[in-house]
Amino acid sequence: MSDLLTLAHVDVGFATDEGTVSAVSDVSVTVEEGEIFGLVGESGCGKSTLAMALMGLLPRKASVAGSARFGERDLFGLAPEDLRQLRGDRISMIFQDPMTSLDPTFPIGAQVAETITAHRDVSNHAARERALALLKDVGIPEAERRYDEPPHRLSGGMRQRVVIATALANEPSLVLADEPTTALDVTIQSQVLDLLRDLRKRLRTTIVLITHDLGVVAQICDRVGVMYAGQLVEVAPVADIFRTPRHPYTQALLAALPSDEHKPGSLRVIGGRVPNLTAPPPGCRFSTRCPYVMDECAIVPPLAHESDDHLIACWLTEATKQAAHPDHASTGGAA
Amino acid sequence: MSQVAFSDEIAPAQPGQPILRVEGLVKHFPTDRGLLGSDAVVHAVDDVDLEIHPGEVLAVVGESGSGKSTLARCVLRLIDPTAGRVVFEDRDVTALKGRRLGWFRQQVQPVFQDPFGSIDPRWRIGRSIAEALDAFKIGTKANRRERVTELLDRVGLDPSFARRRPHELSGGQRQRVGIAAALAPGPSLIVADEPVSALDVSVQAQVLNLLAELQRDLGLAVLFVAHDLSVVQHISHRTAVMYLGKIVETGPTDRVFRDPRHPYTQALLQSIPYPDPERPLLGAPLTGEIPSPISPPSGCRFRTRCPVAIDRCATDEPEMTLFGTGHTAACHVARAELERSAP
Repeated sequence: MSDLLTLAHVDVGFATDEGTVSAVSDVSVTVEEGEIFGLVGESGCGKSTLAMALMGLLPRKASVAGSARFGERDLFGLAPEDLRQLRGDRISMIFQDPMTSLDPTFPIGAQVAETITAHRDVSNHAARERALALLKDVGIPEAERRYDEPPHRLSGGMRQRVVIATALANEPSLVLADEPTTALDVTIQSQVLDLLRDLRKRLRTTIVLITHDLGVVAQICDRVGVMYAGQLVEVAPVADIFRTPRHPYTQALLAALPSDEHKPGSLRVIGGRVPNLTAPPPGCRFSTRCPYVMDECAIVPPLAHESDDHLIACWLTEATKQAAHPDHASTGGAA
Repeated sequence: MSQVAFSDEIAPAQPGQPILRVEGLVKHFPTDRGLLGSDAVVHAVDDVDLEIHPGEVLAVVGESGSGKSTLARCVLRLIDPTAGRVVFEDRDVTALKGRRLGWFRQQVQPVFQDPFGSIDPRWRIGRSIAEALDAFKIGTKANRRERVTELLDRVGLDPSFARRRPHELSGGQRQRVGIAAALAPGPSLIVADEPVSALDVSVQAQVLNLLAELQRDLGLAVLFVAHDLSVVQHISHRTAVMYLGKIVETGPTDRVFRDPRHPYTQALLQSIPYPDPERPLLGAPLTGEIPSPISPPSGCRFRTRCPVAIDRCATDEPEMTLFGTGHTAACHVARAELERSAP
């Protein structure tokens, strides 16, 4: 597999009255062609900010540094006009709320067709045919009849299918999907996950799936990157993330998931709270909550190889972890 | 709704008197079209029976449009039912007035997804909690501060939080304050509507632990309304599954999750994305979407999406059938299977 997207030392900051919020800090990662790469973390970890930075959709007060190589180009170095050409064509995005991307008054079929004619020199008739085929492809029942309906006549699940059809209209090589199933009911979510999996198989589209839902990650991703407070702390194949998580944050996050194996009241919790990103702790940002914290943690640990395909940003080794025997690794602490 | 027993295990699931009984509850809302003269209504809740026993956590699960939140609002008497009764400690809640209604409001307390929807954003936290005590004339002015400190401590917050304002708090801290306010009048039943669904996983774990601990220590009964099945499985003793205004299955949580009898419950459980790549989803079990509650399907409301529906499902509404101790489901097909296997 070849590399499709390579991020190197990406920083995103937002200027505020209280100082600069360091929303994304020194993120380097490579997304390979044809994979579903999950970017996972809790609110404020920077996962959505990172996607918005790639799409050039951040507000002007944001400052972006580093590089994002997509093919031969650096997305951060493109003129706004060139980036606009790329969006909806080579790269497209799916948001949590389908109404972010859909015009509420405009027929759904025309919205898909418009995405095609905006980037391709095709006749209106050809665009209509293609749009109709796409609506059928994403599982809109009675697509011919629905073609001329406005989005408000559709359910949330159907709207998200229309957004997916729009995102795929020009056969992009990269789709950034930000919480695409979070607003959907669980039986509808499983339909949309099936659809994404099927599209990836048929079209070999690369998908970066941004989500807080570890269940969705486990079900659909090939590889996973875990973010905490703006830093990328672990990258590994999905099976390794769940079977042998190495970073203390990933371990704590997985242990906090409710299950029938824990008696009520006995879920693992992470003590303390996410640091203020206007003045994040130096070094590893999880260090203020980490049960294994050491002096070295005041220096940012590099994202380094544990094995061929498993990377973590942590100074801890298995040996030091054994020696540490933390007694405050279990329950306690306020939200 | 009558219950038909095919099993000899007809012992009640819980001994003793329930603290809350919901009997034949119906809630219809007029539609916009209704204003124009048509009598179309939204069948939000239709003929629902439920019981909660003291110290029990009963989860009500369902997807959007299932009626679970409407049910919770009827139980809290935030809205009046169209028909049926809510009976709390042998008193018909819909008929309560004056002091009796005050007693009910003290005994049954809500916890919402956004606890600060009903709190003044300018007030310090201590004042908001003290207000809950004032409203029910609990304690004296002098010991109220002490009581606020106790309540904050009870939900794992430092006494200094009394002096903070809502915007200074994280989501998890806010929900702790919401729980403290709910505990203030000393309730025996908590109605929690999606209390952790806005929280991040690590914070959710803390709030779930707190709820479980309080429930156990104070012997509270909890009606826990949620859409997240893994949360429900973790925290509840019994589970009721709702679909389009009806309860389709109810039983001890481990039975419902291990041996679901209603095809909707089965589909719901098959849709959970488990955080385990070695436990993959076997593909979406259901096609189509939940029908409009304005004109729900005849017979069984699930039949239009049901993979095993038979002709009878369109004509006869299935009755609740007992499948084991306290485990009931309303399905013709499941019942026929049970009849075949019964001696």
